[in-house]
Amino acid sequence: MTAAATFSVRPATSAGAEPRGPKPRRLSIGRFGVYAFLVVSALFFLVPLYIMVVTSLKGMPEIRLGHLFNLPAEVTFQPWVDAWLHACTGRDCNGLSPGFLNSVKITVPSVVISIVCASINGYALSFWPYKGANLLFGLLVFGAFVPYQVVIYPLIIGLSSVGLFATLPGIIIVHTIFGMPILTLLFRNFYAALPVELFKAARVDGAGFWRVFFHIMLPMSVPVTIVAVILQVTGIWNDFLFGVVFAGRSNWPMTVQLNNIVNTTTGVREYNVNMAATILTAAVPLAIYFISGRWFVRGITAGSVKG
Amino acid sequence: MTVTTDSVAAVPSSVSIQDLSLSFGTVKVLESLDLDIKEGEFVVLLGPSGCGKSTLLNCIAGLLDISGGRIFIKGRNVTWEEPKDRGIGMVFQSYALYPQMSVEKNLSFGLRVAGTPKDEIARRIARAAEILQIEPLLDRKPAALSGGQRQRVAIGRALVRDVDVFLFDEPLSNLDAKLRSELRVEIKLLHRRLKNTMIYVTHDQIEAMTLADRIAVMRAGVIQQFDEPQVIYKKPVNRFVAGFLGSPGMNFLDGEIMLRGGQAAFVADAIDVPLTKYDFGPAGAKPGPAVLGIRPEHIAVNAGSDWPFEAAVPVEIVEPMGSDTIVWSKLGRQAVTMRVTAERSPKVGDRIGIGFDPINASLFDTDGNRL
Repeated sequence: MTAAATFSVRPATSAGAEPRGPKPRRLSIGRFGVYAFLVVSALFFLVPLYIMVVTSLKGMPEIRLGHLFNLPAEVTFQPWVDAWLHACTGRDCNGLSPGFLNSVKITVPSVVISIVCASINGYALSFWPYKGANLLFGLLVFGAFVPYQVVIYPLIIGLSSVGLFATLPGIIIVHTIFGMPILTLLFRNFYAALPVELFKAARVDGAGFWRVFFHIMLPMSVPVTIVAVILQVTGIWNDFLFGVVFAGRSNWPMTVQLNNIVNTTTGVREYNVNMAATILTAAVPLAIYFISGRWFVRGITAGSVKG
Repeated sequence: MTVTTDSVAAVPSSVSIQDLSLSFGTVKVLESLDLDIKEGEFVVLLGPSGCGKSTLLNCIAGLLDISGGRIFIKGRNVTWEEPKDRGIGMVFQSYALYPQMSVEKNLSFGLRVAGTPKDEIARRIARAAEILQIEPLLDRKPAALSGGQRQRVAIGRALVRDVDVFLFDEPLSNLDAKLRSELRVEIKLLHRRLKNTMIYVTHDQIEAMTLADRIAVMRAGVIQQFDEPQVIYKKPVNRFVAGFLGSPGMNFLDGEIMLRGGQAAFVADAIDVPLTKYDFGPAGAKPGPAVLGIRPEHIAVNAGSDWPFEAAVPVEIVEPMGSDTIVWSKLGRQAVTMRVTAERSPKVGDRIGIGFDPINASLFDTDGNRL
């Protein structure tokens, strides 16, 4: 054991005691630079939000003073009420609320239908290989890269020939179709990563296509479904192009109405109302992120296979 | 059903595979494979990874569509049957428990799918839980179980199905060494108690030797030898089987068979082994190049002087394994290992006398086939 002894007795250096226990952390210059950069960039992106919130709480006279960064001297919620109920888009002065309702009517069915279809697609593609499955999958993935502008005109012709152009079902179909490639990819990859033995065990137990899907796969799909919901809700809620083209005037989503409010050229430009309207429109995707964040962390397959 | 005529064979076989082939595209994984497994037999499919043993098991289970041939289970042609209709239960390496269901729901899933009455389900679960001693775990989720408990539940899932044939796909490979040997014994006891036919895939030769009534050693999709463990160990049909079983592996010595006045002998540099007592195959002894295989435990060290072959060799490396010691040496220019008891282990540099009886050896031709 002499060799071990010479290793353990190490002369203490003048710089300090021999290394022992947790390694001391020192703030190096490089570290400091990284943190400084992160703080600055966080501020950079937070400043517009700050200005929006502050401005939306000010009255017009105060805004005209031009002190952009000042906190409101007199807090007023009237711009928010106006944005929601009275702001004018062209001749209608009903605020954003009808647009909000339209967006809900478009988003909820589109999200549900597209996720249901995509999860079944992904499940079938990863566990029930059939002839041409890979070709179909390849086409779907390719579909994710098709620029929207290319297909808008054919879609208008197609939808109007079946009487669905400028209707609520029409815009829902459009969103469902355009969500399909990326969602199918998402679900397929999720299911492909599950242990195939789980599927085999269920087959030996006698479960068929739907029973395996509903009893085994779907209960395990919570994390990927949440990702899909986030992706689709934000995507569809924030959509402007499809909404303005396919929804029809009476179904225009919130984004289109926001644009109309902000870009109204007649009368005084009410910055506070515009700011409030913008925050209201952005609130839904923001809320989705905050609420669903913790679900990402959960490992759902824990325990099914060796951990 | 035209199958009944030849499926009812003279000896009732539990699982019978006839001329089975399977290819993925142009890759042939299994080719015209035949295997007959008797009622209540414990058969182990043994081979290195990629040899097709798990694939064969999946074919028997109906989880892979075969390219040719037929599969009979209990005399019934099940070639085109769904897995659930084949009368099989399967246990997987990764346990494959349904993570969102409790142990009880895991066990009952198959029965619920089949529409079994509730009281019957309860009865079968109680029996399986009793046999496997998992009664206290029934309400837990798989995540709250240890590896050994999970594998017990996985076995229970096959048990409740009340099937004729159990299929095990490397069930112990994910467990640590201690648990593995415990569960190995439990599986053996389970087989003795249930007397079902069991087909067990593994690459672990110890599991194969200890569990099997018969072992099928596979290589590259072909069954090399299908026989009782002792026969496979003592009389391997070819060099692959000889080298695959046994640890440390069999010693292979290159040399030549010579005929001297009607007496065959194996001759190489510093080696001259009389083969008078060697049990040659039907082809008999023919002069020519050959390989002599002898297992390390069949070489005696410093043990008298009445061996048909004896030599004095230097000790090069000594590996103590606890219960015994592996000694590395050279016979002429060829390396040999031998197993001695720990008490009698020599020291490096010693010169020791060794000897063996060719009756324990195996001779192979240059293609590796047993002579």
